[in-house]
Amino acid sequence: MSKQNIIKLREKLMSAVFLVAALASILAVGLICFFLLVNGLPAMGEIGVFKFLLGREWSPTDIPPVFGILPMIVGSLYVTAGAIIIGVPIGVLTAVFLARVCPKRLYKLLKPGVDLMAGIPSVVYGFFAMAVIVPLTGSSMLTASILLGVMILPTIIGLAESALRAVPEQYYEGALALGAGHYRSVFFIVLPAAKSGILTAAVLGIGRAIGETMAVVMVAGNQARMPVSLLKGVRTMTANIVIEMGYAGELHRQALIATGVVLLLFILIINLSLSALKNRSKQ
Amino acid sequence: MGETVKTKKKAFERVMQSATWAAAVITIGVLVLIVGFVLVRGVPHLKPSLFALRYTSDNVSLMPALISTVIMTAAALIIAVPLGVFAAIYLAEYARRGNRVVAVIRMTTETLSGIPSIVYGLFGGLFFVVALGWGYSVLAGAFTLSIMILPLVMRSSEEALNAVPDMYREGAFGLGAGKLRTVFRIVLPAAMRGILAGVILAVGRIVGETAALIYTAGTVAQVPSNPLQSARTLSVHMYSLSSEGLHTDEGYATAVVLLVLVVVINAVSARIAKRLGGGDK
Repeated sequence: MSKQNIIKLREKLMSAVFLVAALASILAVGLICFFLLVNGLPAMGEIGVFKFLLGREWSPTDIPPVFGILPMIVGSLYVTAGAIIIGVPIGVLTAVFLARVCPKRLYKLLKPGVDLMAGIPSVVYGFFAMAVIVPLTGSSMLTASILLGVMILPTIIGLAESALRAVPEQYYEGALALGAGHYRSVFFIVLPAAKSGILTAAVLGIGRAIGETMAVVMVAGNQARMPVSLLKGVRTMTANIVIEMGYAGELHRQALIATGVVLLLFILIINLSLSALKNRSKQ
Repeated sequence: MGETVKTKKKAFERVMQSATWAAAVITIGVLVLIVGFVLVRGVPHLKPSLFALRYTSDNVSLMPALISTVIMTAAALIIAVPLGVFAAIYLAEYARRGNRVVAVIRMTTETLSGIPSIVYGLFGGLFFVVALGWGYSVLAGAFTLSIMILPLVMRSSEEALNAVPDMYREGAFGLGAGKLRTVFRIVLPAAMRGILAGVILAVGRIVGETAALIYTAGTVAQVPSNPLQSARTLSVHMYSLSSEGLHTDEGYATAVVLLVLVVVINAVSARIAKRLGGGDK
C-alpha cells in the first residue's frame, strides 16, 4: 500500500516539476521585459519620449548630451528593407529551385549547403564582408543591406521550401493538364498556394535582419546621423547598443537600454504579425 | 498564330528557368565564396602557436577561446536541456488541449525565439551581471545563452515527443506502467534522437553567438578557472580581433576553426535526424 502511495506522490511531484519547467519561458519573457523597462523607461522620461524617439541628433558625450535615436530607427528600417529587397527574391527563387527544379542528386549537395549557411556565425559573415564587399561599396548602408540579404537567405529558403512542398501535388498536375508549362504551373499555381508560408518566411527574415548586430557593426560604418545615401555609413539600433554600452555613463547607459526597448517593441510587432499570419493560414 | 503562342509560352519557361537557376547559383556561389575565402586566408595562418594554452599578445592563441567555448556550451546545455525537455514533456504529455496556460507558454516561447541576441545580452548584463552581482562571468554568459536556446530545445523536443506513436504509450499503460514510468522509460527513449538533433542545433547557435556574450561573459582571453570569471568564446575572440584590427590573419585562422566546428555540428545533427527518419523509408 505504502509503495503505491510513494508512486502516486512521485507522479504528482514530477508533473509539478514539468509544469514549472514549462512556465520558465513565461518567467524569462517577464524578466526580460521587466528589466529592460525598469532600466530603460526612466531615461526615456528624463530625455522626453518624443525627443528620444524623434530626435535627429545623437551626441551622448556632448555637454549637455543629446539623445535622439531617430537616425538609428531609420537606419535599422532602411538596412532591413534593403536586406528584404535582396534576400527575398533570391531566397524564394532558390526555394523554388530546390523544391521544384533541382535534380535529386544536386539537392543532396545543395540542402546541406543552405544548412551550413544558416550555421555560419555572424562574425564570420562580418569578417568576409569587411574584406570582400567593403572595398567595393565602402562601409555603408548598401554593404550592410547586401550582407544582411545574404544572411537571411537560409531562413527564407528553408521556410519557403517547406511551404512549397506542402502544396498538394494535384495543384501542379492540374495546371499541367490544362496545358501550362512546368514553370508556369509552378509560378502561377504552386507559388500562390504557398503564399502565406512565404510571407511568414519574409517576416521572419525581417526579424532576423533588424536584430542582427555583430555583422552589421563590422560593415555599416556606424555614423550616428540620419542616413543620407546608400553609399554612406549608417548606424542601426543594435549597433548603437553594442558599440557604446562598453563605456556609457549613467543616463547614456539607460538611453542605450531604452534603445533596446524600442528594438524589442519592433520585434514584438513582428511576432504579432507572425502569429496573425499563422492564424490566417490555419483558417 | 498558334506558333506565336507557343513561342511566348516557351519564352516564359526559359526566362523562369534561368531565373531559378540563377538564384540557386547566387546562393551557392555566395556560400562557396565565403567558405573558400576564409579557407584561403585562414589555413596558411593555422600555426601551432595559435593553439598555445595561454593567450599572449604575441601568440594571439585561440586555444583558450576554444576551451571557453566548450565550457560555455556545456554550461548552457546543462541549464537549458533539462528545462527545455521537461517543458516539452509537459506540453506534449501532460497538458490538456485548449489549456490557457499552454497558449501563454506557446506565445512566450515564440516571443523568446524572436528576440535578437543583443537584447538577450542587454538583459543578461542587467540581470545576471548587475542585479545578481555575478559580474562578467562564464555563469552569466551561460545563463543568458540558456534562455536564448530554450525555445529551440523546447520546440524540437516537443516535436520529437509528438512523433512517438500513441501505441507506445498505450502499450506501456496496458502493461501497468504509470504515466511517469511511461514517459521516462518508453516515450523519452523513443524521442531521444529528435531531441538530440535539436540540442546539437542549439550547440551551433551557442558557438556562433557574440552579441549576447560581450556584455555578459566579457572578453577575457584566458581559460576561466572558476564560473565567476570572464571568458571569451571563439566568436567573441574573432570579433575582438577584428575590432582591434591588429591580428586579421589570426582572425581568419579562427574563422577556419569556427567553420570546421559548424560543419561538424551540422553533419552530426543531420546524421542523427536522418537515422530518425530512416525507419519509414
